[in-house]
Amino acid sequence: MTAITKKPVNPTAHLTPEDIEQLGIELDAIRQDVLDTRGEKDAAYIHRVVNVQRRLELASRAVLLGSALPPLWVLGTVGLSVAKILENMEIGHNVMHGQWDWMRDPKIHSTTWEWDNASTADGWKHAHNEIHHTYTNIVGKDNDLGYGIMRVDEDQRWHPMYLAQPLWNFINACFFEYGIAAYDLELGRNLRIPKEKRSAEFKANLSKTLKKIRKQATKDYVVNPGLAIPFGAFLPTLAANFTANLVRNIWSHSVIMCGHFPEGVETFEKKSIPERETRGEWYLRQMLGSANISGSKAMHIMSGNLSHQIEHHLFPDLPSNRYAEVAPKVQALFEKYDLNYHSAPLPQQVYSAWHKVVRLSLPNGWLETTNAKNLPEQAKLLWAMTTKGPKIRRAAAARLQQQARKQARAA
Amino acid sequence: MIFALSGSTLVLMSIALPSGTTRPTRGRTLRESLRRVADAAVTPLSVDDVLDVFHPLRGGRESLQGRIVSVTPETAESATILIKPGRDWAGHVPGQYVRIGVDVDGVRLWRTYSLTHGPRRDRCISITVKAIPGGVVSNHLVHAVKVGSMVQLEQAEGEFVLPQPMPAKLLLVTAGSGITPVIGMLRNLFSRRLAPAVDITLVHVNQNADTAIFRDELRAHGDSGRITLVERYDDVHGLLDVSDLADLVPDLDERLAYACGPAGLLDALEAHHAERGLALTTERFRTVLVEPAGDGQSGGTVTFADGRTIEADGATPILDAAEEAGVLMPSGCRMGICMGCVIPMTDGAVRDLRNGAVTVAVPGETGSAGVPIQTCISAAAGACHIDEGARSR
Repeated sequence: MTAITKKPVNPTAHLTPEDIEQLGIELDAIRQDVLDTRGEKDAAYIHRVVNVQRRLELASRAVLLGSALPPLWVLGTVGLSVAKILENMEIGHNVMHGQWDWMRDPKIHSTTWEWDNASTADGWKHAHNEIHHTYTNIVGKDNDLGYGIMRVDEDQRWHPMYLAQPLWNFINACFFEYGIAAYDLELGRNLRIPKEKRSAEFKANLSKTLKKIRKQATKDYVVNPGLAIPFGAFLPTLAANFTANLVRNIWSHSVIMCGHFPEGVETFEKKSIPERETRGEWYLRQMLGSANISGSKAMHIMSGNLSHQIEHHLFPDLPSNRYAEVAPKVQALFEKYDLNYHSAPLPQQVYSAWHKVVRLSLPNGWLETTNAKNLPEQAKLLWAMTTKGPKIRRAAAARLQQQARKQARAA
Repeated sequence: MIFALSGSTLVLMSIALPSGTTRPTRGRTLRESLRRVADAAVTPLSVDDVLDVFHPLRGGRESLQGRIVSVTPETAESATILIKPGRDWAGHVPGQYVRIGVDVDGVRLWRTYSLTHGPRRDRCISITVKAIPGGVVSNHLVHAVKVGSMVQLEQAEGEFVLPQPMPAKLLLVTAGSGITPVIGMLRNLFSRRLAPAVDITLVHVNQNADTAIFRDELRAHGDSGRITLVERYDDVHGLLDVSDLADLVPDLDERLAYACGPAGLLDALEAHHAERGLALTTERFRTVLVEPAGDGQSGGTVTFADGRTIEADGATPILDAAEEAGVLMPSGCRMGICMGCVIPMTDGAVRDLRNGAVTVAVPGETGSAGVPIQTCISAAAGACHIDEGARSR
């Protein structure tokens, strides 16, 4: 993708400022409809999910005591994986968004919830709720665009280290919770600062995160396996916990990649965002900057209803169980204002997101201008761009883009 | 007298404490270390959160809950709610009240009701609720609450209790649901094997006989001579004039007086008794009717935890108004989505600038830590008190 203001045809060009404000009013009305009918049924829903999750986790851990027997290992590991996914996605993420604050229940509240994840609730709420949800898909402001380690937009300048980004992305998927923790701390940026100059805030957050990681690891890799020692299941339980964390990490990474990375999701230039963005303009940016996953009810719940990413980004504080009913109304608005409602099944979106990660690991235009015949030359060029310093890299990058444009015009 | 009583309990406890701490030391540390392991096995939850799934009424919880056992109609508009409290319920003195948190349409709302039960083997407690017109919680409890649902409880409180030892003669004046603390007193007095040697007159005021809560039970006490019951009905006798009290109760000056009812009656009684030089103990019920600033637009004042007060208009978020005045506030997205600015309002009313919805906090009625509000999209709608230092519970 390229920031919409740099595209040959801006997908919002047909909308007048009045249209955009009207769109905002209509979206506000959809939000108000849900607020007006929010009540006992919704409360019962989240209570039930929390209840089921806790029972499932406890039962799975009990089963894992006998995980020396392979069938019990499989059963317990599947259960624990599902429990961890539910806790992070449908419960933790959404509670921390304040979706359930209206119940005034101190046990299910954005200010008190702590989740089963390496990142601390406070760190997550700052990085995710505040930065990502406010500055969604603004290149240079929203760190979710590549998490600071990947190039997921043509407008991010190519650098040789991005050649390895499919590998980074895979490793990040496997250890996603630690990736999130590092990301919430802005670890990369902070580690570049000399030790004595790092802010007190960073140091305090770092120590909180390390403490949380220690507690989490103690639970999964010491205490629970330890409890299984009398049943001769220390190692199997350890492996089960590791597997469940891995499954949860890969799953949540996949779902989250689908939210903003698939091909066709729009990004925005920092300078194109007005100083005082109106509510309508903000809504429009959320509409174009998110992608949905279509699928079954179970898929929606397991994704924490982030499968309704568009609805979630429009109304991050509405209870997640209501996104499904809001979706058709939102989609109707997309049609009314002639905008692209980006929705596809999970495998398709995951493929699309990965395709982009691979494509953008290469310089702009490289893939397009490469064919079987010129492959050796192109490989040589890439090698040169990788090894011969920034001057050569910039020159080659410019030429590649020129060629790609010429080729596109010819076709 | 009450203080003397609690003083003596205190002494007893302080005597009992040393032996209580020395003996089970080993057991307790074992228990503590077990608990530590259990907590470490379920972090970031505590073992309490896990046990709650199975046994919400157990002891040792950080807060008290109860389960509704039954709802029995008293009149067309009132009902007695029987509640099984958690193990840590510490009991009460008749006449005291309990703060109760009820989830009404998914939202937790706190109210205060007098405890109306007599001694019970099953350790259940009861409150008797009159549905007031427009009362969200009272109507829910009387007409809609489901048996088996959970409520939040705090320990019993209140100074409206009978003195020990009892005086020879008592006057109880109640109006409407003002009977609720008094019925608890009577039930406990008359459940003793030896009826107390106290001469009680109860003046019980109601609009009409049909709306009189506990009418038959009180008449039974009156018929058996345990109390002298004076029933007054507005539709029959007209509104009670306190100057008539001396006619209704001839030995008024000899009686120690307790009264519970609407503010108008209590004010009049207090003036009346003060004039005659008589002691009077009252219990006031407050119905939650906080009026947000009249026109739905104008703002109000915001008072912070450090005592500073600022003027805030009805169109400016409290966050902006506070920061302009130099108050350090937690903040985040400033558009109502990140919850980074949520802090408790302990008193007052605010309006959601996005949709005009009004949120009200009343000390003693809404949760003890206040109502959490998003300051970035809330404007003052009256005099508000907020605690900017404390992120809410």
